[in-house]
Amino acid sequence: MGIEMSGLTVQLLDIAAGALLLTAVLVVWRRELSVILRVFALQGVALAGLVAVLASAQRSVELGLVALGLLVLRGVVLPLLVRRSLAGAGPVRRETTPMLNVAASLLAAAALTLLALAVSVPLVALDPSPATRAVPVAVAVVLIGLMVMVTRRHAVSQVVGFLLMDNGITAVAFLTTAGIGLLVEAGIALDVLLVAGVLHVLTGRIRETFGDTDLSALRELHD
Amino acid sequence: MSTLLLLIPLAVPVMAAAMYAAAGWRRPSAPVAVVSAVLCLAAAVLLARLVVDDGPVMVAGLLRVDALSAFMLIVIASVATIVALATPAHLATELAAGRIDRRDARRHAVLVQAFLAAMTLAVLAADLGVVWVAVEATTIVTAFLVGQRRTRAAVEAAWKYVVICSTGIALALLGLVVLNQASAHSGTGAGLDWAALAAGASALDPDVTRLAVLLIVLGFGAKAGLAPLHAWLPDAHSQAPAPVSALMSGVLLSVSFYAILRVKVIADGALGPTFVRVLLLAAALATLLVSASLLIAQRDYKRMLAYSSIEHSGLLALGAAIGGPLASAAVLLHVLGHGLVKSVLFVGAGRILQLTGTSRIDEVGGLAVRRPVLAGCVGLGVLALVGLPPFSLFASEFGIARAGFEASLGWPTALALVLVVVIAAALVGHTGRMLLGAAPEQPLVPCPPARSTTVAMVGGLAACATVGVVAGPLTTLIDAAAAILTGAS
Repeated sequence: MGIEMSGLTVQLLDIAAGALLLTAVLVVWRRELSVILRVFALQGVALAGLVAVLASAQRSVELGLVALGLLVLRGVVLPLLVRRSLAGAGPVRRETTPMLNVAASLLAAAALTLLALAVSVPLVALDPSPATRAVPVAVAVVLIGLMVMVTRRHAVSQVVGFLLMDNGITAVAFLTTAGIGLLVEAGIALDVLLVAGVLHVLTGRIRETFGDTDLSALRELHD
Repeated sequence: MSTLLLLIPLAVPVMAAAMYAAAGWRRPSAPVAVVSAVLCLAAAVLLARLVVDDGPVMVAGLLRVDALSAFMLIVIASVATIVALATPAHLATELAAGRIDRRDARRHAVLVQAFLAAMTLAVLAADLGVVWVAVEATTIVTAFLVGQRRTRAAVEAAWKYVVICSTGIALALLGLVVLNQASAHSGTGAGLDWAALAAGASALDPDVTRLAVLLIVLGFGAKAGLAPLHAWLPDAHSQAPAPVSALMSGVLLSVSFYAILRVKVIADGALGPTFVRVLLLAAALATLLVSASLLIAQRDYKRMLAYSSIEHSGLLALGAAIGGPLASAAVLLHVLGHGLVKSVLFVGAGRILQLTGTSRIDEVGGLAVRRPVLAGCVGLGVLALVGLPPFSLFASEFGIARAGFEASLGWPTALALVLVVVIAAALVGHTGRMLLGAAPEQPLVPCPPARSTTVAMVGGLAACATVGVVAGPLTTLIDAAAAILTGAS
């Protein structure tokens, strides 16, 4: 986009992007689901902050309103929804049987961050602005979210993994071309909210039918 | 006039959904789904004639119909008609057996119409972002249909379905964001409009576009049942109620594949044909291999049909990888033929499940003696599925294979054909045991009559055979759509 940014704006942008990655790593590190949820809410705030910095750099009221919407959706509504899923998810409040231990997951997160740097090279080369230079961080959040989904066995952890991915994608969208059209943006936000809602209901049903929300119990269907 | 025609396939299912939400599922409201599907089919045919004669139609910058979209509309509406005819008997039986209640039946009717509207939006949207939103919306509306029976298996299938498909489709969204960046820097002002992107494809940055296309093919491939993200499909398609399985296998897979086809045109313009060809060829062979290896010893007939759908997605990917006018036309014909036959088979499988109470192949047995008409439809359907003439899948598979050898992709095509033969043998063997094997002692469960279901199955098979023998005016439409896929128009 080639927007001129002052040194302060660039620093704020980097802080917001750093917070995005740090919260993702914290989710990987911790096992206590209530802590993970709090960290996830913080990430929503960091994402809204990132967009707010971009909005002030571009003096865009529209983008400012989007930042506000993101703060409500990703900092408040989605974390509350997942918290309710957790409340209805039975007595297990910890990730008890993850497929990777803490050290291995942190190493994997580091490797994924390097991978994100590598795959984002063409994106940064296309438009070397301060905002685009933060894209690898957002891509790293997407990959870490994917890892959380694949390696965690608790239903609520998988939902958080999915939402981490989505936070990362939203960050990429705003860091590249400042969003992909208001209509599509709204559609995406609605879709994410509905998917989280559907997963919330399904978590309750898993608890009803299996008596637990440890997904290792899902072994009815196989060949 | 054209605007009205374009809005019918979108507005009619929405109105039908509202009607079912208000009135519920009752005897007088049941035919509304059939009327809705037939109206959409009529509108789709008229639209197809219009765009073949006068070129693409655009409404408000948001919706666009060209020959390819019109063709997809016809496929959606044809399969919707088969499903609408088969739904009353299915729901009546489930209600009579107490497996669902009135509220479930109402929800089923509402969600199926919403599902149809979402798929229609996906093929009508002019912006790839809206296509994405519509495809993701299909996951949301079908999640509760998959888990309708609330058994452990159904809940597990619904969970896997939502998690894997939403993750896959999230990757596609990341791909679209990246493509949007390439588009913003191409100076064409195309945004994510697929027609403008295809027209200005040569200005897209190749490295960024490559990354975007990889993510998009992987993501929409998940929803289209392509390896490596296919694992949800056999679970969801086997646990969903029969009419929903029919829609998911018959059209949802090809609607997701439609998104890949649109992106392929853009990618071919920006990167040359090799990149997507290699990508789709790898996906196609992996998909066929998965399908063949899990079909050989399959014990559940609904899962058998689901793996066959995975096979046919693999064949579509193979045809798209080959490219060119012949293969592209064959891919489209295959979409229609597979949609018709697979929906007939899932409807039939649903009926067998209701009559026998089991989804295990070895527990059915002797269906040809006990229910000759149903057995005949299923038998013919499977023969159509493995590509026997006169059914149209013979023509389309033959077309894909011929184009493959002509495009000097002989080795991958030959490998695919070997896998297709293995799959055909497995399908015919399993079905033979169900239809002709010794009948078990246990009597069939008494079910309400299903005359309209029989009409749907016979009609679907007849349509597939007719298209296979005389494609008639459909040829013009398919050729026009194939020209769009090859970038010739």
